[in-house]
Amino acid sequence: MCLGIPGRIVRRWVQDDGAILAEADFAGELRTVRLNYLPDLQVGDFTIVHAGFALTKLDPDEAARTTALMRDVGLLGPEGDEPLVVPADWIDRPAP
Amino acid sequence: MKHVDEFRDPALGQVLAGEILGLVEPGRHYKLMEVCGGHTHSIYKYGIDDLLPANVELVHGPGCPVCVIPMGRVDDGIALAHEPDVIFTCFGDMLRVPGSDGTLLDAKAEGADIRMVYSPLDALRIAKANPDRPVVFFAIGFETTAPSTALTLKRAKAEGVKNFFCMCNHVTIVPPLRALLDSPDLRLDGFIGPGHVSTVVGVRPFEFIPTEYGKPISVAGFEPLDVLHAIHMILTQLKEGRCEVENQYARVVPYDGNPRALEVMSEVFELRPHFEWRGMGFISQSGLKLSEAYADMDAEIQYSVPGIRVADPKACQCGEVLKGVIKPWECKVFGSGCTPERPIGTCMVSSEGACAAYYNYGRFAREREVV
Ligand code: SF4
Repeated sequence: MCLGIPGRIVRRWVQDDGAILAEADFAGELRTVRLNYLPDLQVGDFTIVHAGFALTKLDPDEAARTTALMRDVGLLGPEGDEPLVVPADWIDRPAP
Repeated sequence: MKHVDEFRDPALGQVLAGEILGLVEPGRHYKLMEVCGGHTHSIYKYGIDDLLPANVELVHGPGCPVCVIPMGRVDDGIALAHEPDVIFTCFGDMLRVPGSDGTLLDAKAEGADIRMVYSPLDALRIAKANPDRPVVFFAIGFETTAPSTALTLKRAKAEGVKNFFCMCNHVTIVPPLRALLDSPDLRLDGFIGPGHVSTVVGVRPFEFIPTEYGKPISVAGFEPLDVLHAIHMILTQLKEGRCEVENQYARVVPYDGNPRALEVMSEVFELRPHFEWRGMGFISQSGLKLSEAYADMDAEIQYSVPGIRVADPKACQCGEVLKGVIKPWECKVFGSGCTPERPIGTCMVSSEGACAAYYNYGRFAREREVV
């Protein structure tokens, strides 16, 4: 139901009945997306989609702000605190 | 991939995790609820709980659309699927949810015409291709999926499709949170807010959590660093004695959500006086039904469904899991009687369910030393 990752709009068109559609690239997989709820999405924009409908446009400035905030939090950490060990495979821990 | 990889940086995760350690007071126990099943999935997929200090406990909330469907509704769906000529459509996860006498998949094996769809629009397409047969869409989900159902119904009406019906099981996120906060069972210190629902409803509806209940909440994204970052934000609030709604997922969640989607939803749906949640009982104003203008597409009005309230099976402790009162492995049938292949309860069915997340990522038991 929920495609958690953002897709990038690669093509958009208007159907005869007025519906606005787009093709979005989700990590290499192309899907048709309806823009009824976000008619202003343009090619190049990133969007989050549910059950075929684009619901929100990703804001690249906010994305940059979030990564910066994260870095800040880390960089300003108190000295002498041992970082916890991260499992080497944590990026994509497979199901056993 | 852009806008994904940077939120999965393990080195940064390590630093954040180390920083979190500096935020907690030893001797204090922190109980944070991740409301959304998507977060539960991320937490176990990436092992985020392993990165947290032992006195920070994550408990799972009710935000899994399949998990909260009570047995009686499944039975009603199966009854509809057995109506003459009906083509019954639903999302794939719903097929395996046990009713009191089998699943929709069992009903399909018995001859009912049940088809899996990815979007309600697929169901409408089936209706248009089969004009002489009634097509019922079994709608589930929070405010994230409700807009897609709403638009499909609007379209069916505009196109004059007469054989398309909806059995509406859409629910809203705020009432169960309020029920949890009012319940004496659970003492929570803060919430990891549901990122996807918030794309539609925005951040504003969660303001009651700090203002009325004095708890912090951070609406969070689904990448591992997002979840860690949100935990960091909540613990920082607690440390500084603040409590407010923060938006960790600001890149995706606008403060006011998606006003267009909210408008269409309010046109097509109205609140039910109360709706039953699996294991949580009736919660007032927590479910949606079709509004009067759409009554001729309401499967519950056009067909008579049994509408009987069925108690959850004795062995099933999904209610406690959904309220965060027990961990999945504390349920007596977890991993033995109840597995993703043969689920007894709903939390084992969908990948967003806490039991399925625990099971799939090998969490069969976990005693952590509590500081
Ligand atoms: S193990 Fe099965 S029955 Fe027990 S709480 Fe989980 S889903 Fe429900």
